[in-house]
Amino acid sequence: MASVDAAVSAGGGRDAGALVRAAAPAARFVFRGRDAAVATVASALGTPLSLEPCRASQSVGRIALWLGPDEWLLIAPRSEGGLVASVLAKALGGVPHALVDVSDRNSALIVSGPAVEDVLSAGCPLDLDQAAFPVGMCTRTLFAKAEIVLWRTAPAEFRVEVARSFLPYVEGVLAVAVRDGG
Amino acid sequence: MSAGAFRTATGGRIDRTHTLRFTFDGRPLQGCAGDTLASALLANGRHLVGRSFKYHRPRGIVTSGSEEPNALVTVVRDGGRTTPNLRATQVELYDGLTAISQNRWPSLTRDLGAINDKLSLMFPAGFYYKTFMGPRFLPENWAWTKVFEPAIRRAAGLGRAPTSADPDRYASRYAHCDVLVAGAGPAGLAAALAAAEAGARVIVADEQSEMGGSLLSASRGAINGVPTAQCAADALAQLAGHARVRLLPRTTVFGYFAQNMAGLAERISDHDPSPDPEGPRERLWQVRARHVVIATGAIERPLVFSNNDRPGIMLAGAALTYLNRYGVTPGQRAVIAGSHDGIYAAALDLAGVGVEVAAVLDTRADPQSAAMAAALDAGLPIRTGTCIVGSRGHLRVSEIMIGAPMADGSIRDAGRIPCDCLLMSGGWTPSVHLFSQSRGKLRFDAAAGVFLPGVSAQSETSAGACGGASGLAAVIESGAAAGRTAAQACGFGLGRARAYRVEGILEATEATGHVNAPRLPQGMAKAFVDFQNDVTSRDLELAAREGFRSIEHIKRYTTTGMATDQGKTSNMNALALVSGTLNTTVPDVGLTTFRQPYTPVTFGTLAGMARGDLFDPIRRTSIDGWAQGKGAAFEDVGTWKRAWYFPRAKEDMHAAVARECRTVRAAVGVFDASTLGKIEVVGPDAAEFLERMYVNAFKALKPGRCRYGILLNEAGFVIDDGVIARLAQDRFHVTTTTGGAASVLNMMEDYLQTEWPDLQVWLTSTTEQWAVIAVQGPRARDVIAPLVDGADVGGEALPHMSVCEAKVAGVPARLFRVSFTGELGFEINVPVGAGRSVWEAVAARVEDAGGCAYGTEAMHVLRAEKGYIIVGQETDGTVIPEDLGLGWAIGKSKADFVGRRSLVRPDMIRTDRKQLVGLLTRGRDVLLDDGAQVTSVAAPAKGTAALGHVTSSYHSSVLGKSIALALVRGGRGLMGQRLHVPMPKGAVEVEVVSPVFYDPKGEKLNG
Repeated sequence: MASVDAAVSAGGGRDAGALVRAAAPAARFVFRGRDAAVATVASALGTPLSLEPCRASQSVGRIALWLGPDEWLLIAPRSEGGLVASVLAKALGGVPHALVDVSDRNSALIVSGPAVEDVLSAGCPLDLDQAAFPVGMCTRTLFAKAEIVLWRTAPAEFRVEVARSFLPYVEGVLAVAVRDGG
Repeated sequence: MSAGAFRTATGGRIDRTHTLRFTFDGRPLQGCAGDTLASALLANGRHLVGRSFKYHRPRGIVTSGSEEPNALVTVVRDGGRTTPNLRATQVELYDGLTAISQNRWPSLTRDLGAINDKLSLMFPAGFYYKTFMGPRFLPENWAWTKVFEPAIRRAAGLGRAPTSADPDRYASRYAHCDVLVAGAGPAGLAAALAAAEAGARVIVADEQSEMGGSLLSASRGAINGVPTAQCAADALAQLAGHARVRLLPRTTVFGYFAQNMAGLAERISDHDPSPDPEGPRERLWQVRARHVVIATGAIERPLVFSNNDRPGIMLAGAALTYLNRYGVTPGQRAVIAGSHDGIYAAALDLAGVGVEVAAVLDTRADPQSAAMAAALDAGLPIRTGTCIVGSRGHLRVSEIMIGAPMADGSIRDAGRIPCDCLLMSGGWTPSVHLFSQSRGKLRFDAAAGVFLPGVSAQSETSAGACGGASGLAAVIESGAAAGRTAAQACGFGLGRARAYRVEGILEATEATGHVNAPRLPQGMAKAFVDFQNDVTSRDLELAAREGFRSIEHIKRYTTTGMATDQGKTSNMNALALVSGTLNTTVPDVGLTTFRQPYTPVTFGTLAGMARGDLFDPIRRTSIDGWAQGKGAAFEDVGTWKRAWYFPRAKEDMHAAVARECRTVRAAVGVFDASTLGKIEVVGPDAAEFLERMYVNAFKALKPGRCRYGILLNEAGFVIDDGVIARLAQDRFHVTTTTGGAASVLNMMEDYLQTEWPDLQVWLTSTTEQWAVIAVQGPRARDVIAPLVDGADVGGEALPHMSVCEAKVAGVPARLFRVSFTGELGFEINVPVGAGRSVWEAVAARVEDAGGCAYGTEAMHVLRAEKGYIIVGQETDGTVIPEDLGLGWAIGKSKADFVGRRSLVRPDMIRTDRKQLVGLLTRGRDVLLDDGAQVTSVAAPAKGTAALGHVTSSYHSSVLGKSIALALVRGGRGLMGQRLHVPMPKGAVEVEVVSPVFYDPKGEKLNG
């Protein structure tokens, strides 16, 4: 994650308006299924799955991001990956569903600071005002030419999930955006 | 006097204590902080600033704003930072600014190109279309492309673009707001305040460095007892105090697009004498507004008369702005002329600072207004019913000729008036550009003689002068009302309306003034309508005489309104002239479309961050670093960088690829296939779903086995292929081509959601979850066996086209027994995070076994030797499985699959379709060109259809000859026959053979 550090120093040196850092290593699963499976996953995971579109839920470090009417991105501490996989597989038993380990598919960045909305708006066409994109909102969207999952974790903090090979590009655009103040 | 002989002692918004040095054409000059380049030049008595586009006529500064047609200059910072065609009226002066004039040689005052003015009979309207046909014995277009166009391009045109790369950076930003206000003059500020006070999120953009618009140029008048300029400052301070208001000075709303998306260009550093080298120069804003208030004001029109383009002739409103905002007088002896009350305000203000007003000429016979009365009271020499018919002077106007229009339409000579400047006003044109860009319908207001916003197409309001409001009080009222309406349209309450009481303004009797009938020139003299493109009244008349009726045609024929200023000052005059010539009305002539951008936008701003390494994502696999360490050459495959070949000492590409291919066939090779698209298809209906998507049968596929899948589109044509493995009863690992990864997933999701929502199956992209390490060659099993834990990789336990889960080099893996080389092969899928370490373990054993890493080029050669297709190379969107010899893959007993019905259309079952064959050249080293045509004879007659084309062509080091794949009409029936492939150096004779050149029985697959 050396390149992430570079992004931090590029931004932090001139203007502390926003900082970019790597998120902690995570286990990730894409869960897809219908109502019965959703309820099962929620209770097995210990985290309710949001049924409201574009909303995240979390409990005890286990996160569920609503990505579609039948799709959630589940995130847990890396060390819990095996446990989560086996617990979910056991609970889901014969309930039709798809559970796919994508732990290595994505990387994640944490972008934070008072200028975070402007910095992300350099590449994201969505309205990031808190009235339109409140804390707890998550969505698949674009950042410049990369697809990302954007989740507002705090008023001035977002988590950016990005496919691994797009990470250097997203870091590069973010570094420029931080330098330019968005 | 500070910084210029034509600077007033006091007044204006410049800082006389802060002198700025600058040069114009190398000559050192001085200006003041707050000047534009134009105001500083005028303060030094410089009106002549450029030569015109076509006739190289001396030109001066006509306006004080972005509508300037003449005063285009090049501003030079350093080599790459040279910007041509900047309007001097918009260039903010800074200490050390270097500006040069354009379109002249050797100098501005002595320009050889001015000969064009004398030769103007050669350049009538439409001369591009009329002349320069070369003699018939020369090739078509020869004279134009070789002689005339280069000559014209040298002589005409404006500044030169720099040739070095742009060293600056450009930022971009998306923004959202309730109300976007375009223009921060009196209407815009009132609108912004009203919207902000109602609670709306507001963005205010104004093209000038200082917001306030006309409030900054007024010498008299007050709003609620406060002078106008102070009112602007107060309003801006109040707006700045609103947390949800963003003020963007130096920002042009250049485009109004669909769904209330506006494009804004913000100039960040051009005005700065020492800009932050790390900071951006400009920023593109893409603003989505719920409502737009257009407050772009009005643009003053020039008068059309003979030689109306001499330096020293400028618009009356511009002169007022230079005087009251910049403390600059346009000359010592002024004539002020026009058909609008604005001339009286200009005359009064100029007289007030001691400029001699030689005459105030009103073309109207009997004007009645308070402004005129004030001028009369001041004793100014006013002549009504008088027009200008011409001017004299070389590089500066020295005299004007006046006349009196008679009842019969003729003009009686009324003498001459010596002067060093002429300030004119042909009235005002509402700036409806943005409204028109929004696709709103304009209406012609016959009373005012102008086009005004009519029916809106989007959620917007035109406020102030651009909406037809007349006089400062009405302008402010309409702005405030627009702001309240806008906020209300966004769901905010109406709130309390502010009261504005305007006093002391010299109001005009008419808002816009009628368009003047042009005083047509006598003899050779020219009366310019479009200054920037050098279009004269005579050109427009000629176009009308030659039969052009629509303004759209006349515009293109004469180029009027087609310059970079988009005819901001000229369009209404052109319409009036054409309608007069055609004896019809202005709306009958029509109006041309206003287009983005309102003023020119740099390419840098539009490109933004998308340049260099950030032009596009550059995607690299987890094994990329290893390949770089080995000196691999890379090729671009979509946005991926893929290792192309691994040259060793002194090897060129050909040698490296030849060695890699031989090594794979003789021993073993290792290949990074990580970029292959991967989709995990899971659910009780997974097999059913794949059976419907792909041509193949999947329900019968046993867990642990793989099948080569072919995907068609609805039309029956091959669009993707890949190996599909059944991991479990309800779980498949689908691979796609590298380029098809995203589109195949989208297509599958589309079918699931729209056609088969009942199926219980779900898709997840796993392309980037897995690193894929292909090990291919007779020694592949020897290489991997010691690394595999938990699975038997023997031929019986893991036969060709099977899959198992195991640990490879200690990492949980999906281990495939597949081959894209025709050799015994495995593909090890491990999580990307472990990709590099597992690769290194495998690569070390490969080397020990006498093998090597190979790149995409060797992969292509190896697969071509086997006749394996690549979608997009052997297919082009018109190829069905049968054409490729892959009809066997189609599940014959299946009820349906995507594209099935199309495969039985009459054209699809013809026997003479183009079919995949191999081609061998007689000379073993002759390499056919990819894409070359295949013909039946060596030199077919012109117009003969080709039989097909070469799809892949390589030199095969293993076979010791060149090989090619081709799609040839009825090709499978032509085996052994001789055909021809025309190439640049002559046709090459080829023999049609099977597309499988190597190991046709497939024995090598089993090691």
